[in-house]
Amino acid sequence: MADTDLTPEEQQAVAIGEYKYGFHDEFTPVFSTEKGLTEEVVRQISAHKQEPEWMLEFRLKSYKHFVERPLPRWGADLSTIDFDNIYYYMKPVEEQARSWDDLPEGMRETWDKLGIPEAEKKYLAGVGAQYESEVVYHNLQADLAKQGVLFFDMDSGLREHEDIVRKYFGTIIPYNDNKFAALNSAVWSGGSFIYVPPGVKIDLPLQAYFRINAENMGQFERTLIIVDKGAYVHYVEGCTAPIYSTDSLHSAVVEIHVAEGGRCRYTTIQNWSTNVYNLVTKRAVAERDATMEWVDGNLGSQITMKYPAVILKGERAHGEVLSIAFAGKGQHQDAGGKITHSAPDTSSVITSKSISKDGGRSSYRGLLQVDKGAVGSKAKVVCDALIIDEDSRTDTYPYINIDENDVEIGHEATVSKIGDEQLFYLMSRGLSEEEASGMIVSGFVEPITKELPLEYAVEMNRLIQLQMEGSVG
Amino acid sequence: MPDLIIRNLHASIDGSEILRGVDLELSKDEVHAIMGPNGSGKSTLAHVLMGHPAYEVTAGEVTLDGEELLELEPDERARLGLFLAFQYPAAIPGVTVANFLRLAVNAQRRGADGEENPIRIPEFRKLLQENMEALKIDRSMTSRYINDGFSGGEKKRMEMLQMAILKPQIAILDETDSGLDIDALRIVAEGVNRQVGPEMGVLVITHYSRLLHHIKPDHIHVLVGGRIVRSGGPEIADELERDGYAPYGVMEEAI
Repeated sequence: MADTDLTPEEQQAVAIGEYKYGFHDEFTPVFSTEKGLTEEVVRQISAHKQEPEWMLEFRLKSYKHFVERPLPRWGADLSTIDFDNIYYYMKPVEEQARSWDDLPEGMRETWDKLGIPEAEKKYLAGVGAQYESEVVYHNLQADLAKQGVLFFDMDSGLREHEDIVRKYFGTIIPYNDNKFAALNSAVWSGGSFIYVPPGVKIDLPLQAYFRINAENMGQFERTLIIVDKGAYVHYVEGCTAPIYSTDSLHSAVVEIHVAEGGRCRYTTIQNWSTNVYNLVTKRAVAERDATMEWVDGNLGSQITMKYPAVILKGERAHGEVLSIAFAGKGQHQDAGGKITHSAPDTSSVITSKSISKDGGRSSYRGLLQVDKGAVGSKAKVVCDALIIDEDSRTDTYPYINIDENDVEIGHEATVSKIGDEQLFYLMSRGLSEEEASGMIVSGFVEPITKELPLEYAVEMNRLIQLQMEGSVG
Repeated sequence: MPDLIIRNLHASIDGSEILRGVDLELSKDEVHAIMGPNGSGKSTLAHVLMGHPAYEVTAGEVTLDGEELLELEPDERARLGLFLAFQYPAAIPGVTVANFLRLAVNAQRRGADGEENPIRIPEFRKLLQENMEALKIDRSMTSRYINDGFSGGEKKRMEMLQMAILKPQIAILDETDSGLDIDALRIVAEGVNRQVGPEMGVLVITHYSRLLHHIKPDHIHVLVGGRIVRSGGPEIADELERDGYAPYGVMEEAI
């Protein structure tokens, strides 16, 4: 449509086809490890990256833990993952590009189709684009670099700022945190490294885009964000993959440190194809008067297990998790959030909205922990589930541990269906049944989409609308 | 030639028959009122005409401008120019009035072949503003969620705003007077009266006659037990005001 000033609702009313990122490039990587994971593969990755010794050691002890650690016995069924049938490292091109034009043509086309160069021009302060295991394009606005902002892919971050990386890497999420954090720690490649100096507020978002292209690919990006005192950054990540009949694995680790009075917002629009296992560990530490916000949209993947966490370490720190999960046919979204109140007068809100349709299953899984001594803490958990049809399922697992008396805790949970009276009302105004239910669903998630910058709100609504298509009638 | 024709309409819900043969003809320049006691089938008639899926039409036919309505979905009926002002409009949390109205306007403007013809934003804003002023609806209303936490009066005015913007051929007002104080009633009635004319016919459904002091009907029909038992001129409202529904065998408090 030519009309550029459409509202998100209006744009999402424009019907679009099926999962449109399911295409793939014919592409031969310049280097790849053999399928499967061995100690040798871990050593190869590290050697290929010419890493310092301490990182190799970190990888090796992580690998050992990964092998020893059983699969979690809770959450989604992961027994179908074939760890031997996955490529753990694939380097697509020799050199990282600073200009989109320097990328191989097919790959450049992929990014164009995903709209990333266009978005960078319009509303981003910096972009990293990861293809398989490596970040193939990276750029940051010159004035931000001048202010001391560091925005690199993780590998370059390690090379050029080893002191900062070494100080924080693996401290918020230790290598033995869980099986998939261990896996990532063993074979990590790519991801973002960000440092925002004291007082620097980055107005436009920084974005990373993660693309899996090959079949049976494992993508293990590693992100470390440090927001110094009084600084602000909004980091956005998006992800897509081609549709294959066999599975791919995405297992990221994201660690964030927000110093006194700083603020970090981390937004995810996860739209993996439905043959991807998405098992991600994300955790942030917020110091005194700092704010950490996770906005987590999970629309794609076969199985997602992801519970962004905030540890409120300093007084008056504030944490938020806004989570949307949409589980369609064959999908299980096990998502939620974790907040730990470790200091007095800290506050937190977890808002979770899930939609299940066509036999999809969504679960809210959350942990709210208030430590002894965190007096005056306030916490609120709201989880709302919308079930579109009888075949679909929703569950809530809200764990709450309160070790302090002087606190205010609120918890609400609702499960609803699209009401016949709502549908009839909207249809009596001329909206088709599909438009009407799409509108009800976009209203349902509005408390979260309204938190997004317009472009992302439009994208999120569009993806939800896509998921809704063909669900009624 | 009347524009809305209802013939021998029978409808039931959950197996029990509510409408037992309703006949009615209405032209676009007319105002008809259907009056009846509680449980007589007034609201059922409104819902069946609009196509509520809970009701089963067991006999009869309804045409609008010669088009058979009963086989159509509610949205198709709306696009033919039928409008229902709800007694209890549903709330849609998270969807703002402005966005909803724009989508509704665009749905009306869509061609029969599905071709989109969206209204330009400035034009839409103007349309919205003019009509909101006329209905004395506060501007902040457009950014609220549809009917979510609205007072009774706000809901009814919102229904009238939609009617004004969507410009239907035939509008059915289902108990639009309920929940309105006298000022709001006057505003709503003025809104209806502005639209009534060669372009829009109105079917007012009401228990009480007070709305009919403000919206003057050409014809009044008394619905009792799912049938129209009497039709006539405005004088019927006065009779009902005086005698209630007792002459029709219904014992209720005076109206």
